[in-house]
Amino acid sequence: MKYQSQSVAKLYFIAAIGLFVGQILFGVILGLQYVIGDFLFPYIPFNIARMVHTNLLIVWLLFGFMGAAYYLVPEESQRELHSVKLAKLLFWVFLGAGVMIILSYLLIPYARLAELTGNSMLPTMGREFLEQPTIGKIGIALVCVGFVYNIMITVLSGRKTVINMVLLTGLVGLVVLWLFSFVNPENLVLDKYYWWWVVHLWVEGVWELILGSLLAFVLIKTTGVDREVIEKWLYVIVAMALITGILGTGHHYFFIGAPSYWLWVGSVFGALEPIPFFLMTLFAFNMVNKRRRKHANKAAVLWALGTGVMAFLGAGVWGFLHTLAPVNYFTHGTQITAAHGHMAFYGAYVMVVLCIISYAMPKLRGRVANSNKAQVVEMWSFWLMTVSMVFITLFLTAAGVVQVFLQRMGDTPLPFMVVQDKLEIFYWMREVSGLVFLIGLLVYISSFFIKGDAADETLLVEATSENE
Amino acid sequence: MKDIFTKSVARNIYYGGSAFFIFLFLVLTFDTHQRLPQRDNREAITELSAHGKRLWEENNCVGCHTLLGEGAYFAPELGNVYLRYGKSTEAIKAFIKSRPANGIPGRRSMPQFNFTEEELDAIAEFLKYASGINTENWPPNIQG
Repeated sequence: MKYQSQSVAKLYFIAAIGLFVGQILFGVILGLQYVIGDFLFPYIPFNIARMVHTNLLIVWLLFGFMGAAYYLVPEESQRELHSVKLAKLLFWVFLGAGVMIILSYLLIPYARLAELTGNSMLPTMGREFLEQPTIGKIGIALVCVGFVYNIMITVLSGRKTVINMVLLTGLVGLVVLWLFSFVNPENLVLDKYYWWWVVHLWVEGVWELILGSLLAFVLIKTTGVDREVIEKWLYVIVAMALITGILGTGHHYFFIGAPSYWLWVGSVFGALEPIPFFLMTLFAFNMVNKRRRKHANKAAVLWALGTGVMAFLGAGVWGFLHTLAPVNYFTHGTQITAAHGHMAFYGAYVMVVLCIISYAMPKLRGRVANSNKAQVVEMWSFWLMTVSMVFITLFLTAAGVVQVFLQRMGDTPLPFMVVQDKLEIFYWMREVSGLVFLIGLLVYISSFFIKGDAADETLLVEATSENE
Repeated sequence: MKDIFTKSVARNIYYGGSAFFIFLFLVLTFDTHQRLPQRDNREAITELSAHGKRLWEENNCVGCHTLLGEGAYFAPELGNVYLRYGKSTEAIKAFIKSRPANGIPGRRSMPQFNFTEEELDAIAEFLKYASGINTENWPPNIQG
């Protein structure tokens, strides 16, 4: 750690991991409700548990992105953070707001929550992923604006690296697009049309810029490859992300009432969307192959390679599987979508946040890398979580294929609930995989508490002054 | 190749390409707005259906159901439920009313929301409006 102000990142990372645990616990509850329909009913119905699961994911990833930015921006800008005080203040505001939103879901009936928070004045609640009370959405907007302001001042008055500029455009985009969460017309088609401006343009747009810059930062630090090379890769990746991803929004406009030409636009650009993810895979492996040093933090390198592969599989391959309109006609809104969502979020965003945490946390705790013993445990957690997520995805995909076959095809399609009963075996296997994921997460957390001497690094070539 | 494809070329592709596709997206969005009146069944949007949409949102129905294929995959698609129930808003209302407060042992069940008659009308009207949207013939069949 070169700059004192970087240490504020630690708070964000700890909160992120804590909320991650909550997310997975609710994931396990949801998985069980898929097979034991009345589990926790009527106290925690499925819709409430799902809201907690998805909202916790969004909030902890945002904590992760913020922590990552606070860690890497000072180092890239070669100056202290503009305001550590603001970063700390926003942390407690965001954590307080996030925890309150989640608790209000669990403790107050949702309709009552809407009433208490005056949803009728500016109705924004009750849309998938955007369930937060309007006041909560305003709070998120304010926290993000304050955060981006802090980062922007730091970046613009310091060394402007490509990583910093790409990260900054990603963060500004994140804030601007969030404003569309306040757009909720009575016209359902328009509601859905602009809902995707938050959801798709975040996940398949500006978040990819954040992902790319975090990955590039960790690769510069751990491989010692020349910055020029890495920055060129980063530009190409994020260029492809936006060139394919913006019109790729069209793959959500097939069947919601938008004009027919979106079938073509969405199919063509949706089919191109794996390109940036494939480039990321190549990027990660190429840089590690060309490395000039073996960084002592092997776990961080593993996460970097892992996110390259899993983002491509989850977002790229599993996305491509159902992005073409003639295929999506049958798979739209089935377990195929759920399969893709799980692996894409894990591979792209969960893993990149765990990657930067893996790299930065030892430094924040005053060492280059954790002890070998701790790293071995962390790498075990990598494999437990990653392999179990692959199985979750495979079981959901199998469930989805059978669902499409029974419910959407043939002369005598079966009703939804009848089909669901026939999918029970897949849901049980998914639940078991989910439990393994939870174990992996607990192993991950335990790795932070393992002591021992810090691991050493091996120089392959004399490293440049910048890398350490 | 390395000499031609420099970092500044890559940067220009990033900024130029993004700007171009943002512009194109905005043009298509403008055009979509022009064409929607023929497709989105807006003539069926009434005070009642708008109230129904609000109730749909304020009870987080999308947390279990899909609507035009979007939402959770735990309960049936409702974009075409009006058609599935034989174009009967009464059948929709009757189903919502009939849900047992304590669920069904071992099975998935919709919560009992204790809606008033007026609220039930609004929800049914909203679902009726949704079923009239031109969705390119999606879903493939009546089962949703």
